[in-house]
Amino acid sequence: MSRRTPLNEAHRRLGGRMVDFVGWDMPVQYTSVIAEHEAVRNAVGLFDVSHMGEIEFSGPGALETANKLITNDLSKCADGQAVYAGLLNEQGGFVDDVVAYRFSAERILIVVNASNKDKDFAWMKAHAQGVKPVDRSDDYAQIAVQGPKAVGLVQRMTPADLSKVSTYRFTEGPVAGVQCIISRTGYTGEDGFELYCAPGDAEKLWEALLEEGQQDGVKPCGLGARDSLRTEMKYALYGNDIDDHHTALEAGLGWICKLDKAGGFIGRDVLAKQKAEGVKRKLVGFELTGSGIPRHGYPILKDGQRVGEVTSGTMGPSVKKPIGIGYVPTELAAEGSTFDVEIRGRPVSAVVVKTPFLKKS
Amino acid sequence: MAGNIPQNLKYTKEHEWARSEGNRVVVGVTQHAVEALGDVVFVELPKVGATVTSGKQFGVIESTKAVSELYSPLSGKVVKVNDALSNDPQTINSDPYGAGWIIELEPSDTKELASLMDASAYGDLLKNS
Repeated sequence: MSRRTPLNEAHRRLGGRMVDFVGWDMPVQYTSVIAEHEAVRNAVGLFDVSHMGEIEFSGPGALETANKLITNDLSKCADGQAVYAGLLNEQGGFVDDVVAYRFSAERILIVVNASNKDKDFAWMKAHAQGVKPVDRSDDYAQIAVQGPKAVGLVQRMTPADLSKVSTYRFTEGPVAGVQCIISRTGYTGEDGFELYCAPGDAEKLWEALLEEGQQDGVKPCGLGARDSLRTEMKYALYGNDIDDHHTALEAGLGWICKLDKAGGFIGRDVLAKQKAEGVKRKLVGFELTGSGIPRHGYPILKDGQRVGEVTSGTMGPSVKKPIGIGYVPTELAAEGSTFDVEIRGRPVSAVVVKTPFLKKS
Repeated sequence: MAGNIPQNLKYTKEHEWARSEGNRVVVGVTQHAVEALGDVVFVELPKVGATVTSGKQFGVIESTKAVSELYSPLSGKVVKVNDALSNDPQTINSDPYGAGWIIELEPSDTKELASLMDASAYGDLLKNS
C-alpha cells in the first residue's frame, strides 16, 4: 500500500491519474503532461511535493553539525537563506541532493528526496558529529507554486513582503491564513515558491491557491510535468542523473561543493583529487538530430562502441525537441561533440548542446 | 474508462482499431489507448511497402512518459502511412479515429477482419480490464 500525502483526496477529486512513485501514491498528471508543463512556463502550476523528507538539526552546534554533512557552505549563508547541496559518500558519489535551510545557527532544516529519506536519515545519524538529526517529515506538507504568475499569486494571499524574499531566500508567515515557510525555490526553472505547512492545513492551502489562482490560469500539475520541466533545465534527478557511483564533479555539480570550506565534508578529498587530475566522464545535455526520443538507460555509442548511457530524456514540450542528459567520456563532452543514442537497436545521431536546454529571454 | 468506441470499427485486445475501406484497412489506436498513454510525442511508422503480420509489432508510439508497441490487427502490406504524425503526433490524442490514423493496409486475407472484436466485445474487454 502506497503512502498518501495529505492532498491525496484532493488529487482524486481533481481527476489526478495516480501512480506509485517511490512508495507514494502520487498524481502523474491531471489532464495532460504538456498542458501542465505549459501552464508552469506561461502562467502558474501547483505541485504536491509533500512526499519530500525534512530532517532538522536544532540547538547549539546545529549549523556546524549540518554543515559538515553537506557539500555547500551554510556558514556563508545568512539566516533566511537556503542552499542546494549534496550529501556525498566517501567516493564523492551522491547519497542524495538536498536543499538546506538556515533559519539560524541553531536551526537547520534539510529537505531530501522522498525515495532517499530513510537512507539519508540513517546516514546523517551515523555521520553527525554533535547535534543529532530529527526526522520531521511527518510534520510538513509541501506545495510548490511555480511559474511567471506564481509570485503575484502568493503575494495576494500573504501579508509577508515577498519582494524582500529573493531567490533561495525564505521567510515565514501566513498564506491564506495557513502558517507557512515561504521559500523562493523550485525545480522547474520558473520563478515561484515552495510552501511548507502543517499536514492538517495542506488541503486548505491547496484549495485556496487553486481558487485565488483561477485568474492567473493556475493548473494542478503532476509528476510528469515536473520531470519534463526539470529536464529542460538539466536539473539533476537522483537515481537518474546522479547516484552513488558518479561523483559530483562528473555530474557537473562542482559548484555546490565548497572544497575549501572550514571543516570539509565527506567525499571532499576524492573531489579535490579529481579536480586536480580532471574527470574521465561528464554529464552532458544533448539534442537528438535524428528521429526518436532518448530515454533513461539507452546506450550512448561512439563509432558503434558503447561509451555511456542516457540518464534522462524527453521530448521537451517548451524547447520542442528531443533532449537528453547522459554520461559520456570527457573527450565527447564539449558542446558540438556528436555521438549516437541507441534507440531500439538503431543508432540515432545526437549533438552535445549548451544547457539549460530552455533559453530564457 | 471506456472512452469512445465507434460502432463501425473492429478492435484488438492491444487497443488498435481497424476500419475497412474497400479492399484496404485503415489502422489506428483507440481512445482508451490514448487516454492510457497520455500525450503522444512520437510515432515510429513502418515504411510504405512493408509487410506486417497480424498480432505482431509494426511500430512504436511514445507518450511523454512511456514507450509502447503498436501491433497490427491484420496481416498484409502497408500502402500508406500517416506522415503528418511526424510533425504533429498529438493528432492521435485529439482525433484518434480520424486524422490520427496511423497506417493503411492491403490485407492479405480479409477474413482476418472477422476475427477481430466488434465495438460491443471491445467495450466488454475494457469494462473487465
